[in-house]
Amino acid sequence: MIDTNSHIITANKLTKTFGDFTAVDAISLDVHKGEIFGFLGANGAGKSTAMRMFCGLLSPTSGEASVAGFDVRTQSEMIKRNIGYMSQKFSLYEDLTVRENMRLYGGIYGMSTAAIKQKTASIVEELHLQHELNSLVKTLPLGWKQKLAFSVAIFHNPPLVFLDEPTGGVDPITRREFWEMIYRAANAGTTVFVTTHYMDEAEYCNRVCIMVDGKIEAMDTPAQLRQQFRAQGMEDVFLQLARKAKRSGD
Amino acid sequence: MFAQFLSFVKKEFLHIWRDKRTLFILFGMPVVQITLFGFALTNEVKNAKIAILDPSKDASSLRITQRFAASQYFDIEQELQSPQQIESAFKEGKIKMALIFPTQFEYNLQHGGQASIQIIADASDPNVATTVTNYANAIIGDEQQALLGSKLPYNINTSMRMLYNPQLKGAYNFVPGVMAMILLLVSTMMTSISVVREKENGTMEILLASPLRPILIIIAKAIPYLLLSMVNIGTILLLSVFALDLPIAGSLGLLLATSMLFTITALSLGLLISTLTASQQIAMLISLVGMFLPTLMLSGFMFPIENMPIPLQVMSNIIPAKWYFIIVKSIMIKGLGIAAIWKEMLILTGMTIGLIALTARKFKIRLE
Repeated sequence: MIDTNSHIITANKLTKTFGDFTAVDAISLDVHKGEIFGFLGANGAGKSTAMRMFCGLLSPTSGEASVAGFDVRTQSEMIKRNIGYMSQKFSLYEDLTVRENMRLYGGIYGMSTAAIKQKTASIVEELHLQHELNSLVKTLPLGWKQKLAFSVAIFHNPPLVFLDEPTGGVDPITRREFWEMIYRAANAGTTVFVTTHYMDEAEYCNRVCIMVDGKIEAMDTPAQLRQQFRAQGMEDVFLQLARKAKRSGD
Repeated sequence: MFAQFLSFVKKEFLHIWRDKRTLFILFGMPVVQITLFGFALTNEVKNAKIAILDPSKDASSLRITQRFAASQYFDIEQELQSPQQIESAFKEGKIKMALIFPTQFEYNLQHGGQASIQIIADASDPNVATTVTNYANAIIGDEQQALLGSKLPYNINTSMRMLYNPQLKGAYNFVPGVMAMILLLVSTMMTSISVVREKENGTMEILLASPLRPILIIIAKAIPYLLLSMVNIGTILLLSVFALDLPIAGSLGLLLATSMLFTITALSLGLLISTLTASQQIAMLISLVGMFLPTLMLSGFMFPIENMPIPLQVMSNIIPAKWYFIIVKSIMIKGLGIAAIWKEMLILTGMTIGLIALTARKFKIRLE
């Protein structure tokens, strides 16, 4: 499924500074079409800033990047049409029903009523939400909400989806189910760009990239990285790199 | 693009609809405020108790006494027999005002061409004292005119209040004030809270990462509150016309159009506040303390601007509600047209454009 010759994200010396502070320091990376790309780093390492540039929310200070074939500097409108985004904060409207949330996001991405109906039906089936379709989202348990938020982020079938710490505060079983959903999406051809703090989740990724102090310190498959750092697991790899950080996490 | 926008506006209506408590407050507030100001918190004085000392007891003095007795503003509590009783009547706290006729009132009036009546008021509450003496002057003035026509060079009190408010109705002043306050509360506070709530919940980031353009997000946020404000204006006008017997002297269309203009000013103020803060509490605090109180104090609604110290008078110029208050009073009470209020309308338009420009700038900076 992964096409290593075709890149959905490419970044070349992408940099973002805020005043004197260089949040992202000349990072270069390629994300292959169809892969699950893990983006790791301690708090304050610059993950979110980099991700926001890829999403067209922030304009880079220098360097280039293209996402889904569009330039982040000049074509952010087109990028936004072609990506899904799930933030670390829970991102559905609690005072709207499941159906209303889906209708809203479908509507925002310009889907037709028929397409929204069809997609709603398939998500409801996948998540077994038949009886909750007209319940307010706030009445659902957190695990369900989180899975629903992911479904809504890929509601408009984007070729690429950004997940910003999607599994924070979720129990292990739900996390497992969540990753099964990610795999299903990836198998269906969606490229997944995910940041996480859980190192077991890093193992699920096809490739991971570890950021320290705004720079990319390592980028490879989890197996290669373990070998390279002579580590038992990704946790060990991460700790070896993160200890070098001079910035303190916030 | 338009369908995207519509689905977002629909969602905003759903938010308001789902929050029944806020909805109730939004629609209940104008009714409560009009009722409170109209019937309870009015600074007009009704049934003020007075005493009358009338040693002449002739036809003229009795006619004036009857006018006082007939007025809803006064109740004659006591007929005094001697000047010595005046002070004790006040000391007992029974009366707010005393009316003292001279001996030979009618004789003086008809032969001397003039007569005087002394009005003594209890000024321990200066507002009440001013109000009741104004009422008393007005009643006496009426009598002078009716009775003697132009025979006497009597100077009738012609304050603004008298000119446009012959019945001395307090409602004339507070209905425009309540309109300004409600519009400000609904538009500024509710809009800023609703935008900031998206920031707090993290949904704003999702919206910004969506193809929906930021300017459309902002406009979609404002539309439901614009509509709500119009409903509130309608409620207030209906109440004031039918419950308070306060007719709209000028053009209803112009009144609604200028109210719409002020609502847009208030909405852009709310949007500006929402770009300055990321917490609902702070947004509410800025709206209340930063907007609501100055509006109450400096718009001319509670306290006349002419009586303020110069620095406050200058400051009052930046309060949008001041201009709206002038506009509404001109249209509703004086029945004036656009020629009289174009300047105020221009000021409000200018403020709105300035606020929107500032909001757009702040919004962009935040994104960067």
